[in-house]
Amino acid sequence: MSDLLVLRIVTKILMPFILLFALYVQFHGDYGPGGGFQAGVIFGAGFILYGLVYGLDALRGVLSSDILRAGFALGLLIFAGVGVAGLLLGGNYLDYNVLASDPVKGQHLGILLIEFGVGLTVASVMISIFYYFAGRGR
Amino acid sequence: MIAHLPALQVVIPLLAAPACILVRGRDLAFWLALVTTWAAFLVSCLLLDQVMASGVISYELGGWAAPFGIEYRVDALNAFVLLIVSGIGAVVLPFTPRSLLIEMVGEKAYLFYCAFLLCVTGLLGVAITGDAFNLFVFMEISSLASCILISLGPHRRALTAAFQYLIVGTIGATFIVIGIGLIYGATGTLNMNDIAERLPQTGYNRTVIAAFAFLIVGAAIKLALFPLHFWLPKAYTYAPSTVSAFLAATATKVGVYVLIRFLFTVFGVEFSFEVLPTAFPLMLLAVLAMFVASTIAIFQDSVKRMLAYSSVAQIGYMVLGLSLVTVDGLTASMVHLFNHALMKGALFLAIGCIAYRQASFRIEDFAGMGKRMPWTMAAFTAGGLSLIGIPLTAGFISKWYLILAALAADEPLIAALIVISSLLAVIYVWRVVEAAYFRKPPPDAPAGEAPLSLLIPTWILIALNVYFGIETSLPVGVAEHAARALMGAGP
Amino acid sequence: MVDFVGLYNYWIVVFLMMAGLYLVIEHGNLVKKMVGLTVFQAAVFVLYITLGKVRDGTAPIVAEGIEIYSNPLPHVLILTAIVVGVATLALGLALVVRIREAYGTIEEDEIGDQDGPAI
Repeated sequence: MSDLLVLRIVTKILMPFILLFALYVQFHGDYGPGGGFQAGVIFGAGFILYGLVYGLDALRGVLSSDILRAGFALGLLIFAGVGVAGLLLGGNYLDYNVLASDPVKGQHLGILLIEFGVGLTVASVMISIFYYFAGRGR
Repeated sequence: MIAHLPALQVVIPLLAAPACILVRGRDLAFWLALVTTWAAFLVSCLLLDQVMASGVISYELGGWAAPFGIEYRVDALNAFVLLIVSGIGAVVLPFTPRSLLIEMVGEKAYLFYCAFLLCVTGLLGVAITGDAFNLFVFMEISSLASCILISLGPHRRALTAAFQYLIVGTIGATFIVIGIGLIYGATGTLNMNDIAERLPQTGYNRTVIAAFAFLIVGAAIKLALFPLHFWLPKAYTYAPSTVSAFLAATATKVGVYVLIRFLFTVFGVEFSFEVLPTAFPLMLLAVLAMFVASTIAIFQDSVKRMLAYSSVAQIGYMVLGLSLVTVDGLTASMVHLFNHALMKGALFLAIGCIAYRQASFRIEDFAGMGKRMPWTMAAFTAGGLSLIGIPLTAGFISKWYLILAALAADEPLIAALIVISSLLAVIYVWRVVEAAYFRKPPPDAPAGEAPLSLLIPTWILIALNVYFGIETSLPVGVAEHAARALMGAGP
Repeated sequence: MVDFVGLYNYWIVVFLMMAGLYLVIEHGNLVKKMVGLTVFQAAVFVLYITLGKVRDGTAPIVAEGIEIYSNPLPHVLILTAIVVGVATLALGLALVVRIREAYGTIEEDEIGDQDGPAI
């Protein structure tokens, strides 16, 4: 944990904005530049900043390794699962057209879900990588 | 569901991999992985059946029409490789629980199954996809996953072996991406069939030639063609035996598939072998691989390392077959692809059985192994005979077809070299057999047969070696069908 | 001459590629090898992005008054390749950490000296 008061206060103020910006990039991804990968990295970066300033143990209190591991498995399952859902509803694998009543809505829904899966996986993996490297040898 | 088989082939293991992490328990993850690999095997059997009956299957991912979307394209060649990968995965996996406990930490075994399934996904994906960039992505999935698997080996040298594999594999894959990028620049498409159609219009300019060079060198690194093989012996020696068996039987085979696919389908016979003189250098390297690697294998003290060098030599035979550029040569190459997967899989599994009793794979520690572990050693000997190419084994069939192809292509020298290099295999297999059966075991040597869960998969592969040494219609029929299609002679 | 200078992007690509590959081959330090590998991959990213550039084109975003835009496909491909690169880097560094724990060094020569004959 850092003793520098400025760092700690600034981190505390910045955290919500970083996470909010990540969510913006995430949900803006279907129409504008953005998407799950970038959002996941930003989201992860927010937590990593917290961990750098407040220490690894404080961060582990918020997010345990088990949750993260479940997170990246779930994200991949969501991605592949949406593909299978398209398959079960009569389209090809990853065909979003059949997910909703009309193809445009279906594409919209499909990409939103897929990007959510990607974001979840990327954010969990980024934080996990930080855990493993920072927590080694302690 | 039948129409979705190409997607299911990749999606089933892809879905099961994260599920293994979620279920956590070692036994649960094992059963999940077991069911998954057998399901993937079933799918590939159905695919092969469908392809042989009704021709090429094309599957458009996401409903986006090729060449704009990603297309999965299954022809006889793909279906054959899919069968090898999923079949070996299905036979090797039951081997893991007992073998893992001995050779590596058991508590995080569910992560092993996750990595194993991802590796299977990657290899199947490389084989099934019809999109050049998609091929690169799957190749990296399999190579990163197999890197993790190798690093799990019992000795700390597994770590450096895995690191070297990672570096070399990444360089190879990056070469392939450069090649794909240059082709995309020249043709404006990534679909392999579309590339094949558009390439002649480019007039084979310098960009295409550079792309060809990058792709062939990249693929040669991936399949460990001599002299780019240096990563392979280390990786196979220090990986857990199950992993060695799986990778030796599948990873390099998929590399050979990529080479065949690019040479014959994407660039086409005319460009690869008539515009550019590719056949002779490939043939030269293949013959060098057969002789140099076999000779190195003779001088190895470690049996596992000897088998790894023998793999490099066997890859030489596969490349030799395709470098003849005839239907017969390609057929022989593919038959050997299939048979070598069976024999190397069996041999490495036998090594895995031995690892259950003792940690050393040095030849002097094999003394009296024929008495100490009779069934295991019998399996090893049978696999070794197949490796040499004794009649009534699968190895004989592939050598036979190779020699016939060489004679038909008017290359009697090559045919003679194949026979001579087989004699080198006799020497290195004999060294182990001699130690096992004609030397007295040291009094304190561990004895006792490996458990049935290890012996049964080994003997299944040995039985297949004998079966396909007598009844050859499946591999030869499919290989001939695929070879005709690749050479443009019609199925 | 104009061609020669005008294709400066490709010269950068070639330079980065060779520099990266040289680092990988020449250096005994495992972390520096990973650095070299990353530079090598980055060169390929630049190559793809350069291929996708259309003269006078803007960013490929649908908006009023934009008619010429760069080819977005190489960008997407490279996004995927970057992810692969990150995964490779993470795995490589993780292995370096394990190697350092097992051998106490990350210099290739010193690692090679520590092990006896093959098992």
